[in-house]
This record gives sequence, structure tokens and C-alpha cells, in this order.
Amino acid sequence: MESKLGLSADTIERCRSIAKEIVNPVQNYIQRHTTDSVERATLRLLGADLINDNGVPVPNIIVSQLSDKIQYGVAQYYINGLLKLNCEPDELNRKIAGGLDLTELDMVDKKYINEKGQELVETFSQRVKLHRSFRKEKIEKASDAQPSPLLYVIVATGNIYEDVKQAQAAAEQGADIIAVIRTTAQSLLDYVPYGPTTEGFGGTYATQENFRIMRKALDETGEKTGRYIRLVNYASGLCMPEIAAMGALERLDMMLNDSMYGILFRDINMYRTFVDQHFSRMINSFADIVINTGEDNYLTTSDAYEKAYTVTASQLINESFAHESGMPEKLMGLGHAFEMNPNIKNGFLFELAQAQMAREIFPEAPLKYMPPTKYMTGDIFKGYAMNTLFNFIAKATNQGILLLGMLTEAIHTPFMQDRFLAIANAKYVMNNMGDLLSDMEFKTDGIMQKRAQEVLGQTESFLQEINEKGLFDAVERKMFADISRPKNGGKGLQGVYEKAASYWNPIEEYLNGELGIQKGMM
Amino acid sequence: MMIKAYGDTLNDGAVQLSFTLPVASGPKADEAARIYTGKLGFEECEVVHSNPLSDDFTFFVVYGKSATSLDYSKVVVEEVETSMDFYEVNQFIKEKLKRKIVVVGACTGSDAHTVGIDAIMNMKGYDQHYGLERYPEIEAYNLGAQVKNEDLIEYAKKVKADVILISQIVTQKEVHIHNMTNFIELMEAEELRDNIVVCAGGPRVSNKLAMEIGFDAGFGRGSYPEHVASYVVEKLFEKQRK
Ligand code: B12
Repeated sequence: MESKLGLSADTIERCRSIAKEIVNPVQNYIQRHTTDSVERATLRLLGADLINDNGVPVPNIIVSQLSDKIQYGVAQYYINGLLKLNCEPDELNRKIAGGLDLTELDMVDKKYINEKGQELVETFSQRVKLHRSFRKEKIEKASDAQPSPLLYVIVATGNIYEDVKQAQAAAEQGADIIAVIRTTAQSLLDYVPYGPTTEGFGGTYATQENFRIMRKALDETGEKTGRYIRLVNYASGLCMPEIAAMGALERLDMMLNDSMYGILFRDINMYRTFVDQHFSRMINSFADIVINTGEDNYLTTSDAYEKAYTVTASQLINESFAHESGMPEKLMGLGHAFEMNPNIKNGFLFELAQAQMAREIFPEAPLKYMPPTKYMTGDIFKGYAMNTLFNFIAKATNQGILLLGMLTEAIHTPFMQDRFLAIANAKYVMNNMGDLLSDMEFKTDGIMQKRAQEVLGQTESFLQEINEKGLFDAVERKMFADISRPKNGGKGLQGVYEKAASYWNPIEEYLNGELGIQKGMM
Repeated sequence: MMIKAYGDTLNDGAVQLSFTLPVASGPKADEAARIYTGKLGFEECEVVHSNPLSDDFTFFVVYGKSATSLDYSKVVVEEVETSMDFYEVNQFIKEKLKRKIVVVGACTGSDAHTVGIDAIMNMKGYDQHYGLERYPEIEAYNLGAQVKNEDLIEYAKKVKADVILISQIVTQKEVHIHNMTNFIELMEAEELRDNIVVCAGGPRVSNKLAMEIGFDAGFGRGSYPEHVASYVVEKLFEKQRK
């Protein structure tokens, strides 16, 4: 594809290979480690579920019972429990919730554990494959198979039943994707809450039951409107892999899943996050779940004009990590955002250049484009105008996923009518300005070409600088978002373990095989 | 002076509204919206637009005129007066307080928004207004976000803070009010409330609200570092003289 922006293919190639060099040593670390949450996700995929009387989830109970054996992989102890008690996961879960201690059971021969493991992996795999084919079929049959961009809106009432009403209304109005925002601070919980929930601040708890409730509701609306409505949640925070696991089991379609967001914006330990994101992305890849990365956050925290290159650099790093998890480009919803100060002259041109640049560097990725938020104010009328310009860029540069801006962004989580107005705006722009850019060219050496070339150049030097320091040190030294995170600081480091030589994880083994992941570096 | 909303003629009382009713769209819904607007106290109500949001909800744009008027001369606001700029604040500290002052700030509770407190405290400041870290006469410590009230108070004791600043951005379900109240209770339990000047800020935090909860002052949207700086130095001076 010819670059409309006159970007050098060689520079892009160089940036990609530096990103790979940056990721390599981290990947080496990842391969040699596991975490509490990777183990809990594995247990969930094998069938662990339920909570005890104190609300502690069974996967957490198991991991704390086995605290000194995690380096061997906890799956074998769970499977041993099934064999010893001759029961299925449902029954074992109830027993564990009732107080059964897995460490008190003698271990059966590894051969049987292996066999039973294969059987449970098969159950998991069948379930996810069924979801995959169901989704594929629905999307192919839908009246407007793959509108581009897909219109994405958020619901965030705190009450899953209220969310359902808002989500169904939005879907009927034309939203293609519904994200249920998580409640404040869920990312810092080291367990996943259980059951349907009706209390949340600024969002709704991610629980498997809530996933089910919303999935069912959106399938209903999908049937009614002849479309497939996609459901999104957040595989982030201390339980990142477990949320990915629940998403795979309940047929979510997208997951926010960034390789560094938790480190920078939630102060989660970097080792923990890197290991967790890898396993999460393996699950997402297998379940055909599109990830959304969080580059927009760099721009709400730092200046969007000055720091545009940090977005491109982070996209390349996210892409590289995703490749290591066996993820195809079509599942990489790399993020970026329309966040420049609206008062700068020609800001629109710079935004357009940036969005087109992302399109050209990642031609196969769906790209998730985020709306203005930081400079949204109580002037909802101006905000609506800003959202229109944003929508135009999204359509003109063929972004795959359009998170719709809300005119009330600076005020409250959206009212039902706010979403309606956002969808109406987007539809108007999509239809009215749809093919404008394919009918126009960028002026050679014009403002936009120059801007894109400059940002790409800055991206290359920035990546080089990170590579010289190494990613761990670069994060420590404030190179991303002006935030410094010490290597051994943040939450969750005590839940990271070096794998023993005999570490066994049947889910990981299976996914490595399915996704063609090489474990060469161990 | 009596005033009313202004459309195109003085005292026409013209107001533009938009809202949603939980009913299916149609002529009956439109009529309901018109009557409803009337009950809100408007006259000559006109539903100029309506649109279904789903089977059970409809969105309306309505114009109406209100006869209600207001005596402008009776309106009182309690606003924090801003008097000094960066240089004047430093000058004031040097001349009147005669020692550097210590300010500790954080975005507290589960709230993860750092940009507001950074705008007030960081060296770089915000919108070309230097943050408190840049003030030579202020020793400023910005603890960032998601800081527990207990930890903030502990830290303030450690560095012998004269001033504590807290930022609250998330307000859904009044979470900021709970958190701010808890902060004041802890300060009182530690018998620190009288010795330390405490201010709160955030886009939904007004001076009135902050004072009701027990803070010395509150700073809403559009605040700049020098606003809070000049308030606290004057407050400290007042305390010093007592
Ligand atoms: C950027 C942003 C984020 C970033 C924050 C990054 C960061 N490093 O801070 C991220 C993506 C992490 C984020 C997360 C969330 N956010 Co947010 N976020 C925003 C956004 C877009 C801008 C906020 C901002 O930076 N404003 C710029 C600063 C300079 O303004 P300010 O904070 O108002 O500060 C000024 C004044 O208020 C005052 N001030 C503020 N604090 C103090 C303190 C003192 C002492 C003083 C004197 C003055 C003062 O001075 C400042 C300068 O004038 C707003 C929407 C908006 N446009 O306002 C939503 C918004 C604040 N977020 C919101 C929500 C709900 C969330 C989440 C809960 C979403 C979720 N469920 O995950 C999470 C919160 C997680 C958590 N634990 O808190 C809601 C809050 C709704 C409400 N009223 O409760 C908003 C309004 C968006 C919306 N419409 O839904 N968010």
C-alpha cells in the first residue's frame, strides 16, 4: 500500500524491529514465571468456580492452600482432587468452598492427572470453539455484516440490571459494541467478585454472572435487530488473566487488555503485569476476542501534541507483545485518541495525520479510536462539535472501532439520551462524509505529511532510547506518561513465582500448541 | 433587580430543555412531555423534537417560558477570593509568615485521577500557571492518587505539614462526600484538624460543599495553583496571629 503520508516503509520496519528487541528480554522473563492470577485463570478454565461463606472465590482458596507449591503449577492439585474424590468440578468446587483442603490429599500417579487434564482441556476447548463459531455465523448472517467503524458505547450505572436497559437501548439505536465499565478500583482487587451485582461506583463489577446477564440481553437485542452486538469488558488489573478466562467462557467479543496500562495508571507491579498480560492474550487469541489497548491514557495524562510519539511507540510494543501471545493482527485493537488541546491552530490536521499514520503502520489491525475527553467541558454544545470532528477522522481514516464521545463527558457517566445523541452524530458523519478521504490526497510536504513524518521519526528515537535502557528500566525512569514505577514497587509482586523445571499447566500447553507459540527461550 | 431567563426579548423567560421520559414514543408521549414541562413551571411549552431511545424511552427537546423571576441583589455566593499571584504569594510567605510552609497533597480513596492534583502541585503547573512545587517558599509533596486518608495523614505528620490538599474527581453515588467526611473525622480523631489548613478540590467540589463537610475551603473547576496558594497563606497568617 502506498503511503498517503509519504511515510518511509524502512523507518516503519526499523521501528518494528526495535520494538521486538525491546520485548525479547521481557518475554524471556515472562516464559520463566507464573503468577497467582495466571494460576487462578487456569483453574477457572479447568472448571473451578463458586465462593465460600466469606465470599472468597474457590480459585483463590486453592491458590492460597497451595502457596508453597505454585511454582509447580496448581492445576495438578485440583485435578488430583477430582480423581481422588472421583467427582466432577461442580462437586469439588462445593467441597473446597465447604472447607476441603487439597493439600491433604495424596497425589495419584501423574499419568492419571495428565489424562484427566486432557479431558478438562477438551471441555474448555469445545466450549470456546462453539462460541467462536456461533459468533462468526451471527456476524456473517447479520444484515450489515461488518460496519466500519463499529460504534462502541459505554454503560456504567453500577447496577447490572440498569446497565442492561441502557445497553439494549443503545444497541437498538445503532451501537455495535457495548462496554460495561468496571467499578472504580476493581482493578486493585486480587480476586474476582461473584454473582450478579447492583452496587458500583462509576461502573459495574466484572463478574462471570454479570457477563452472562449482559451477554444474554445483547443476544436478544441482536436477534431482534438482525445484528450481532459485541460485548466488551476489562481484562486489566490484578485479575487480568481471570477476566480473560471468564470472557472466553461467556463469549465476550472484546477485552481491554494493555501490556503496560496497569503498571503506569494503576500502580500494579511491572513483573506481575507483563506475565499476566501474556497469558491473558493467549486466552483472548484462542477465543477470537479483539483486544483494545490503552494508548489513549498517555494523552490524557501528558500533552497530546508533544507526546504523540509515545502513542505510536506503545502501539508497536503492544503489537510485539501480542505477537508473542500468538495473536493475529485482526484481533489487535490498538488504541489512540483525539486529545489535542482544541485551541491549537490546525489541531484537526495533526489529529488527522496521527490517525492516518496509525492506519498505515497497522494496516490489518482494527484500531480503537478514542474520543476527546480531557478537553471536554461543561460546554456540551462545543463538546458535541468536537465529537463531530472526531467522528469524521475516524471514518476518513478507516478506524475499526469507534468509541463514541459523549457530550456530557466532563459531567457524569452517560445518560441514555447522551448515548443516543452520540450515535446520531456518528451515523450522520459516517453517511455524509464517508468516502471523502478516499477521494482526496494529502498534499506532498503539506502540514499533515510533515507532521506524520516528524512523529514517526520521534517514535524511532524514543524506541531506541527505551531499547538501550531496557523496558523495565525505561518504566522506572519515567519514560512513559511521566510516571515512574519502581521494578519492585506497586501491587501484586508477591504473587509472582519462578516456574520450577517440572511446572505443569495443561491449559498453557494446549494454547501454546494451538497458537503456535515457541517457548524457545526458557 | 428582578431577572428572568433571556431568549430574544428582555423578561421573556425563554428556556431550552432536553430530557428523557420512560415511555414509548408517539403523540401521547409528546403530549406527556408538554404537560410535564408545564408542571415544571413553564408556560407556552413546545415540544420541538422527540425521538425514541428504545421501546420504553423517548427523548425530547422542549422550549418553554417561565414566569418565575429572581431578585439578583439577594444572591449571595461564598467564593474563595483570589488575590495574589505566584510572586505575591512567595513575598507574602517571606514577609508575613517568615518561614517556608509545608503542603502535602493527594487524590484520595479509590480515586485514580492525578491530573487535577498535578495541575495544582506539579512543577510544570497547568495552563501556564506554575504549580506549588515551583514556589520557592513552599515545600510541596504530591503523593499522587489512590492514597488512603490514613496514609495521607500519617505522611502529613511526618513532614509536619501546615496544609493538606485533597483532590476528589469521582463523585458517582456521592463517593467523594463519604471519603471527604472520613478524612475530616480522622483528622479530628488525631486532633490535627485545628493545626492544619485543609482544602479540597475537584470539578464537583464547591467551596460551599467543602466547608459544610468541615474543610477550610473548596476549589472547583478552573482553579489554578495560585488560588489555593493565596488562600492558604492568608489563612495561615490569620491563625498565626491568633
Ligand atoms: C483523564 C480521565 C481519566 C484518566 C485519569 C488519568 C490520570 N492520570 O489522572 C483515567 C483513564 C485513568 C480515568 C479513569 C476513570 N475515570 Co476518568 N476521567 C478523565 C477525564 C477525561 C479528565 C479528567 C482530567 O484530567 N481533567 C483535567 C484536570 C486538570 O481537571 P480537574 O481534575 O477537574 O482538576 C481541576 C479542578 O477540578 C481543580 N482541582 C482538582 N483537584 C484539586 C485539588 C485541590 C486541592 C485544588 C485546590 C484544586 C483541584 O483544579 C484542577 C485544575 O483546574 C474526565 C472527564 C473530564 N473531561 O473531566 C473523566 C472522569 C472524571 N472519569 C470518570 C470516571 C467514572 C472514571 C472511572 C471510574 C471509570 C471506570 N469505571 O474505570 C475511572 C476511575 C478509576 C479510579 N479508580 O478513579 C468520570 C467521573 C464521573 C463522576 N462524576 O463520578 C468522568 C467525569 C468521565 C465521565 N463522564 O464518566 N479517567
